[in-house]
Amino acid sequence: MDTSSALELILTGDATLFAIVRLSLLVTLSATFFAALVGLPLGAIVALTNFPGRHAIIVVLNGLMGLPPVVVGLLVFLLLSRSGPLGPLGLLFTPTAMVIAQTVLITPIIAALSRQVIEDLWTEYREELTAMEVGPLARVKTLLWDARFSLVTILLAGFGRAAAEVGAVMIVGGNIESFTRVMTTTIALETSKGNLPLAIGLGMVLMTLILVVNALAWGVRRWSEAHAG
Amino acid sequence: MLDRTPHNESTTAGVLGSDLPIRFAGVDYRVAAVSILCGINLEISAGPPTILLGPNGSGKTTLLKLAMGLLSPTAGSVTYNGREKPTPGTRAFVFQKPMMLRRTVAANVAYALKAAGRRPDRLEIARLLAEVGLAGMDDRPARRLSGGEQQRLALARALARDPEVLFLDEPTASLDPASTKAVEDIVSRVAQSGVKIVMTTHDLGQARRLASEVVFLAKGRLIEQAPAEIFFTKPSTDEARRFVAGDLVI
Repeated sequence: MDTSSALELILTGDATLFAIVRLSLLVTLSATFFAALVGLPLGAIVALTNFPGRHAIIVVLNGLMGLPPVVVGLLVFLLLSRSGPLGPLGLLFTPTAMVIAQTVLITPIIAALSRQVIEDLWTEYREELTAMEVGPLARVKTLLWDARFSLVTILLAGFGRAAAEVGAVMIVGGNIESFTRVMTTTIALETSKGNLPLAIGLGMVLMTLILVVNALAWGVRRWSEAHAG
Repeated sequence: MLDRTPHNESTTAGVLGSDLPIRFAGVDYRVAAVSILCGINLEISAGPPTILLGPNGSGKTTLLKLAMGLLSPTAGSVTYNGREKPTPGTRAFVFQKPMMLRRTVAANVAYALKAAGRRPDRLEIARLLAEVGLAGMDDRPARRLSGGEQQRLALARALARDPEVLFLDEPTASLDPASTKAVEDIVSRVAQSGVKIVMTTHDLGQARRLASEVVFLAKGRLIEQAPAEIFFTKPSTDEARRFVAGDLVI
């Protein structure tokens, strides 16, 4: 009964449900974009340079992949709360705060995994690029481009982690109706209220989204590997 | 074919702007406590191909990488026409197992052209691919090529640098006879165009076919350096005599 009601909400294009989906996508895609902007170059720099403390940074980055979302939520909350250093910006309980929290959560994942991928590729490419006298910046560009299929998969892992996350966005977004309520927080709230059709409907959309994005990435990867090696 | 003016054929005096001759003076190369090369004194001059010959583990690849500037000697010096540093863009290297960029055949050559500061022009890419017998394979993924085709693509990338010296590290080691002949034919044509070929091999037949000069190495030492016809008919050392006779030199 609840499942058929959930399907009805989806098929009739329920405004509330799709507003929540839209906001969720906006927040998660923005967070993935900003995390990629920071995480990919950071991963490349750590992979390709030698400096004191490099190994410590690798250990920290790897460790931060398992960062608990509620801890991230708490840290961002303290940062953005009225008495916090960024309090005057008034970002707490806004979608921007949710983007910040998700960005903090997934940047280490993207940086750590891309560091490993780029380092492995560099081991393979090092002698050939050195023999071609390729400069440091061009090396980074070459490695990022040639690792693009693996990096897309890493970005999807980050997207999936951000999309499925509840704790951090709940703390910094406040789960305000029609403003900061996203799929995961709505599912948690509506389930506790016993409003299962909306929770199940959002669960279906969330699962479908993640499956579609991953299927697309898999298809792109297969096509690209067949055509570009 | 390449259109190059043959480089200076003198053996000792270098041409202004050239990296030849490449001189090794008392070169040692060690990894931790293991000596890979010991006391190498050698001059690689402009002219026909020089083949570095020797059994596996004799230090051929290390010597080639030192000449290319990919490694630095632990002791002694390598100089390029009297200079400590080689001129950028004058040398190219083909590895025994060449790495293919994850791009198409044409994109691999385009990358090499750009890396050499040259314009990745379609006509130039087509010319280079034709030169190594890969015409019409522009859009094939490089990593899907056969071993022989990958080796020829690596040669095309090396030639994209328009090198004065081309270093080849056992470029036919894992190829079948037909692919080996294709690579040797390209190497011969490139040598005739005036590019200095410095190549390693442990294959006596290949050395006989390609070499003008032989540098024979064993156990990290330079045993003999001689014109090919002398090396193969009247080697002056016992190790070289045994190697030429087909005995195991370990």
